[in-house]
Amino acid sequence: MKVLLSKPGLDGHDVGVKVLAHGLIEAGYEVVYTGLRKTIDEIVQMAIENKVDAIGLSILSGTHIFLAQKMKEVMDEKKLTIPWFVGGNVPPLDVAKLEKIGASKAFPTSTKIVDVVNYFKESLPNPSEGGTFVVERNK
Amino acid sequence: MNTKNKIKHTAEDLGVKKVYLESGIEVNPIYTAEDVENSNSKHEMPGEYPFTRGIHNTMYRKRPFTIRQYAGFASPEETNERFQFLIANGQSGLNVAFDLPTQCGLDSDDPRAMGEVGRVGMTVDTLDDFEIAFKNIDLDKITVSLTINGSAIIAIAMYIAMAEKAGYDISKLRGTAQNDILKEFIGRGTWIFPVDKSVKLVIDTIEYCAKHVPKYSPVSVCGYHIRESGANPIQEMAYAFCIAKAYTDGALSRGINIDDFASRLSFNFDIYGNLFEQIAKFRGGRRLWAKIIREEYLAKNDDSCWLRMIAGGGGGGLTKEQPENNIVRSAYYALISALSGTQTMALCSYDEAYTIPTEHSAEISLRTMQIMIHEMGICDTVDPLGGSYYVEALTDKFEEEIKKEMKTVDKWGGIVNAVATGKIQESVSKQAYTREMGMQTGKVDKVGVNIFTREEESKPIEFHPYNQEAADKQVEKLKRIKASRNNELVKQKLDTIRKDAKEDKNLMPSIIEAVKEYATVGEIVQVMKDVYGEFKEPIFF
Repeated sequence: MKVLLSKPGLDGHDVGVKVLAHGLIEAGYEVVYTGLRKTIDEIVQMAIENKVDAIGLSILSGTHIFLAQKMKEVMDEKKLTIPWFVGGNVPPLDVAKLEKIGASKAFPTSTKIVDVVNYFKESLPNPSEGGTFVVERNK
Repeated sequence: MNTKNKIKHTAEDLGVKKVYLESGIEVNPIYTAEDVENSNSKHEMPGEYPFTRGIHNTMYRKRPFTIRQYAGFASPEETNERFQFLIANGQSGLNVAFDLPTQCGLDSDDPRAMGEVGRVGMTVDTLDDFEIAFKNIDLDKITVSLTINGSAIIAIAMYIAMAEKAGYDISKLRGTAQNDILKEFIGRGTWIFPVDKSVKLVIDTIEYCAKHVPKYSPVSVCGYHIRESGANPIQEMAYAFCIAKAYTDGALSRGINIDDFASRLSFNFDIYGNLFEQIAKFRGGRRLWAKIIREEYLAKNDDSCWLRMIAGGGGGGLTKEQPENNIVRSAYYALISALSGTQTMALCSYDEAYTIPTEHSAEISLRTMQIMIHEMGICDTVDPLGGSYYVEALTDKFEEEIKKEMKTVDKWGGIVNAVATGKIQESVSKQAYTREMGMQTGKVDKVGVNIFTREEESKPIEFHPYNQEAADKQVEKLKRIKASRNNELVKQKLDTIRKDAKEDKNLMPSIIEAVKEYATVGEIVQVMKDVYGEFKEPIFF
């Protein structure tokens, strides 16, 4: 099971995304990291090329709504159904907004790594053997 | 001393649990004269080489540390208003935040800047923005610090051009710029050009300022962001010193005298964590830096050996849980900073981890420092912890450990190579993971996070809203300026930058000339990218 972790926009805060990368690797996932300052188009292109099962967007500059809308547009344009997630500096009220735009889930700062990993495990039952990604949309 | 009569003071002796600092140093439950028996510390005096106890002999008795909060809002107009507010409230220095497009060298109308214009700081497209932001601010009385790195050479050029046009004598112009590109590759991430060219540009600013703006401090070396990215306090100092040495070597290679350069160099460090560990970090670091400058670089002047610093922030220690606790944490961090003999202090506001501070939270930070200065007697005596067995023993230990860590960087081929290959990024990011897991699994205590937590929802925090209208206005203004300036002249000036870059000349003069004609940040950066290329990030985590 492969996860693409990405840094869209100009935000350079990459401590969290790298911490999550370590957490996911330890839990048995394969992680591809884009590096800083990628456009949404570049991220989606990398997701296609690497045949990933999920895409994580890490955003701490407050640009999450704008970038999520762009993500939704590009995903629809390319008719892709890969589930995507947002992590970072997301105010409580914006969590639902992001999920309404199309993110499978939004993880605000101070979310525990183990909670993210558990969420992934529930959605990806056998990380090391591969499996189908099941997304449970928050009601 | 007779070993038979050795005083029992270790954890083992006393049958208590062992304690280790974040840096891995073991701490004894009791320290005695024995621990500093061989230390030189008892002969040290504030204001005297190697300055362990402070760079001045009278320190805060003469003048308290400068309070310099980080501030910057969407538009130059709004920024100017906030500056006026801070000055009216007794702040003696200004710390300017820039938005990400400006920091990454993109204009407001660049597609990659969409949604980011003015979001985390002030937007700068042209000199016009500097002129508005600093309108009616007396640059002789206020020291301005520009928090910018990748495009710092342009920001410094604009600051100088703005001051010159406003009639200031630039040979007397004071101020600082962060302009520490090497740490941007480790944390913060606003690099633009390849590592070697990035360092070259820093050296350009150093050389230009040494010759023409001698009172300006063109570089503030940041251990701060390296620590925030996961480094422990020893590494924070060690990597910062290696970076400072790289800039120093560059300056010397341009024929600048060590005493002309070192006396303008300043540092930016972090203040969260164990109180005594941080204080020892600063005291030991101050001693080591003085020795490096005197013994390795043979500086003659005492002030070249000074570790001038802003010790502040502490964002890494603040939590989203029970955010009001951050007010208390910040007050302790302020105490750490003052007890460490800082020159300048800035505190993170309690809401800063999630948003740009509101006027209210910024005021609390300011008052925190003012209460300490005016009510706590913090300014009465220089280096009040000097002579403490524990603090002096730990200071000695820190000096030794920082030195050791600097040797490790040498083994990685020096700091430029260690950064270009991602060696440091890799080691720092692994530590960030270990630290975070320690906190999440409860190995490291954190109040409100893994101990003394409460179930109820934390108070909702006010968020600084994005001002789309201001962003649109900025784009319109840029259009207006591009239409009204002398575009033929701008093109000539940009061509001169291109030519100078190709010939590996100092770019400061040609950039100053270009910004005076209202060439944009994006236009100048593009010319430089054409010649230098862009940094390719090594992917390490």
